[in-house]
Amino acid sequence: MNRTPPVAVWAAVVLIAIVLILLPFALSQVGTTWVRIANFAMLYVLLALGLNIVVGFAGLLDLGYIAFYAVGAYAYALLASPHFGLHLPFWVILPVGAGIAALFGILLGAPTLKLRGDYLAIVTLGFGEIVRIFLNNLSRPLNITNGPQGIARIDPLRLGGLDFSTYETYAGVLVSGPMKYYWFLLLVAVAIIVLNVRLQNSRIGRAWEAIREDEIAARAMGINTRNVKLLAFAMGATFGGVAGGMFSAIQGFVSPESFVLVESIMVISMVVLGGMGNIWGVVLGAVLLSFVPEILRWTVEPVQHALFGRALVEPEVIRMLIFGLALVLVMLFRPAGLLPSAVRKRELAERAE
Amino acid sequence: MLLEVKGLEVRYGGIRAVKGIDLAVDTGELVCLIGANGAGKSSTLRAICGLNPARAGSVRYAGLDVASVPVYELPRKGLVMVPEGRGIFPQLTVEENLAMGAFACADADVPRDIERQYGTFPRLKERRTQTAGTLSGGEQQMLAIARALMARPKLLLLDEPSMGLAPLLVAKIFEIVREIAAQGVTILLVEQNARLALEIAGRGYVMESGAITLADEAANLLADPKVREAYLGEGAG
Repeated sequence: MNRTPPVAVWAAVVLIAIVLILLPFALSQVGTTWVRIANFAMLYVLLALGLNIVVGFAGLLDLGYIAFYAVGAYAYALLASPHFGLHLPFWVILPVGAGIAALFGILLGAPTLKLRGDYLAIVTLGFGEIVRIFLNNLSRPLNITNGPQGIARIDPLRLGGLDFSTYETYAGVLVSGPMKYYWFLLLVAVAIIVLNVRLQNSRIGRAWEAIREDEIAARAMGINTRNVKLLAFAMGATFGGVAGGMFSAIQGFVSPESFVLVESIMVISMVVLGGMGNIWGVVLGAVLLSFVPEILRWTVEPVQHALFGRALVEPEVIRMLIFGLALVLVMLFRPAGLLPSAVRKRELAERAE
Repeated sequence: MLLEVKGLEVRYGGIRAVKGIDLAVDTGELVCLIGANGAGKSSTLRAICGLNPARAGSVRYAGLDVASVPVYELPRKGLVMVPEGRGIFPQLTVEENLAMGAFACADADVPRDIERQYGTFPRLKERRTQTAGTLSGGEQQMLAIARALMARPKLLLLDEPSMGLAPLLVAKIFEIVREIAAQGVTILLVEQNARLALEIAGRGYVMESGAITLADEAANLLADPKVREAYLGEGAG
């Protein structure tokens, strides 16, 4: 399996890289909105990869994952906005935000160490809601989060002299702010994918696999199940936190409304639809589930106008309908996800026998 | 003594499953702990490797107080258990299971150790790329034992290796246990199948409702009329 990839593979990789790098130019022809959508897709890729560590690798069902996204987003917002008058540079906030998110990961992990399956899902769901409700209410007596109004005028990303919020022209080519974010996110996503691949094939990855399969046996193998589980939570949370920080910077505004339960479910759907435990599957799931609803948003209404002369159903409603349908179809025909992980594919194949 | 258990007591809520027992295993011995269902054998074994907390008494392994060592450190110190019901990883292949057994060992030695297990268990070699869940019961037990051996144990704790296996396979598993013991691994074997266990063991303990009622050379236990009646299925007359 570790043979050097042939030239064809390298050529494909280079080709994909070129397409991905040039993509924002093509998208901005259609409209800058689509570059923004691509950016959100990238954020969801980061989120889905983080959740994949917890759910896919370690087998711990986490329904409150969006809480870590919220923590990362608020960490960035509080440290780089007029709210507290703090304007720390990005390279300071990134580790701080990631660290705080990891801490929250452990905070969630520690009391749930002995829980599995449904019970764990319920507690994590509660945790996600607790974080959101705190964000909503931490405005009195001391105004920390500014409550439901959220925090506005968050600093955009600045790296060195590069400002991510402005338009610029390089050699006659117009480069917009969202495009800069796109490339930055692409870089972060690639880094996190590489990290994930390395993690999966590492000692820690194997320990997670063992825990997912049989916890008692994992302990009998000499795996420190407590620390390894906490590490899964902390790692997943860190990725979520980094994504949250990027979200803050791109949006320039955060409020608790962005971190509702449906968002957690969305990320879980991406992981499940793409293929739990398979890094590429998860990436595919995240990209699909971020783009398809947007495409629907732009097509559902015109189609209805063309067919019935008026809009009968809101695009939002159709979106959820099609989502549900897509998930049901995937569960029926590809129960391990679009790109299943090797282990889960085996599992389902055996059950079918 | 490699393993010394003194006054061990295990409780589940108000129930005393193990009522202050003493037992000892010396280096190189094969000792068996026999008894009926619910006698407290597995509880004893689980307490020895720290999976159940001991309510009272002490477990000393190689001079260490087991209670003071985290469970996951014990395989690194050579105390390895094959859990009841095998506890293999059903979705992983045979080879991945074996590799997982070496979690506590240096990575460089793993391929050689795997080959050594294939030497002992040729059946596993045939099935190396198959998922463990598709193996037969006997093969799964072999895998569980082989996986435990991957951690290079000094003391191997076996919990009911004969459970749920056909008589022919049980004999085969016991043959393997005897071989492993002959290779110098100290073994504490917990079994319901008293006859086979006593036939391969050097010494034996008989456990009854949480207490050890007999402790003797295995040959003497095999000859003991009380043991014969209660565990070997022979009438008193």
